[in-house]
Amino acid sequence: MLILTCPCCGVTGEETEFHAGGQAHLQRSGPGASDEAFEAYLFARENPRGVHFERWRHANGCGKWFHAARCTLTLEVFGTYSAQTTQPPQEVLDAIAKRRPGWTEGGK
Amino acid sequence: MSDATSALNGAAYHGYVEVQEAGLRGMITLRGDLASVDIKNVATGLGGVDFPAQGHCNWVEDRGIAWMSPDEVLVMVPHSEVPAALETARNVLSGQHHLAVDVSDARAVFVLRGAGLREVLAKLAPVDMSPEAFPAGHFRRTRLAQVPAAFWLGEDDSAQVICFRSVAQYVFDILSHAARPGGEVGLYR
Repeated sequence: MLILTCPCCGVTGEETEFHAGGQAHLQRSGPGASDEAFEAYLFARENPRGVHFERWRHANGCGKWFHAARCTLTLEVFGTYSAQTTQPPQEVLDAIAKRRPGWTEGGK
Repeated sequence: MSDATSALNGAAYHGYVEVQEAGLRGMITLRGDLASVDIKNVATGLGGVDFPAQGHCNWVEDRGIAWMSPDEVLVMVPHSEVPAALETARNVLSGQHHLAVDVSDARAVFVLRGAGLREVLAKLAPVDMSPEAFPAGHFRRTRLAQVPAAFWLGEDDSAQVICFRSVAQYVFDILSHAARPGGEVGLYR
């Protein structure tokens, strides 16, 4: 059971109050992109065993989208943060580094 | 013209907690920049209470304001005052990016009374209902069993629950079931 804190309304709730929205920080490949890039944007998703960045929506609450960094293996939540960003904030990266020494973003 | 009627017309259940549909309640969804002075003035002017802090509801007698999300409050007024209240909101906020809409007939309100109401709500919502974690005046949007709902507690062993009108019967049934005599758990005593 995941316990998430919505950064928009400050409520800490368990996962049935939220709805998962898939991988976070996707970069859109739109008109002008190659077929391969567009296909990757549509279909290729990370499925890591470990640290993962996801989109979540506080569906039974304030209704806002936000991002969460968590471990897919232990369900540990490293932090939640605003969806209005293209990068995880430094404090979330610091929290991950503290709990998962040696982890690098994209380094697998 | 036909008379306005609330979803369950004041239905009541007398368990170890009293469950009562509150009847007609004027409710106005007000969305916009909650830091805006005009939005705050409209909300407090109509709601008749102080502007609530994040995650809180201020409620006195038959008026109140509930903090719904970072850009939304629910202003509650007597049902008959809603058209005038909307008119006021539109006049004050004209030219500003905002939304003020009458949701009175899209919602149902229940009042719970009794010492055991915290555990009745705890049976249905994934919320820590202990007095330390959820004191009176806190406002929580969450789910009750399978449907979205919101509630807050008053100072006097009462709670109010708001849900969509379409699920009013369901919410009444699950609240009544949770409040059945013999179902006391003895939490939070």
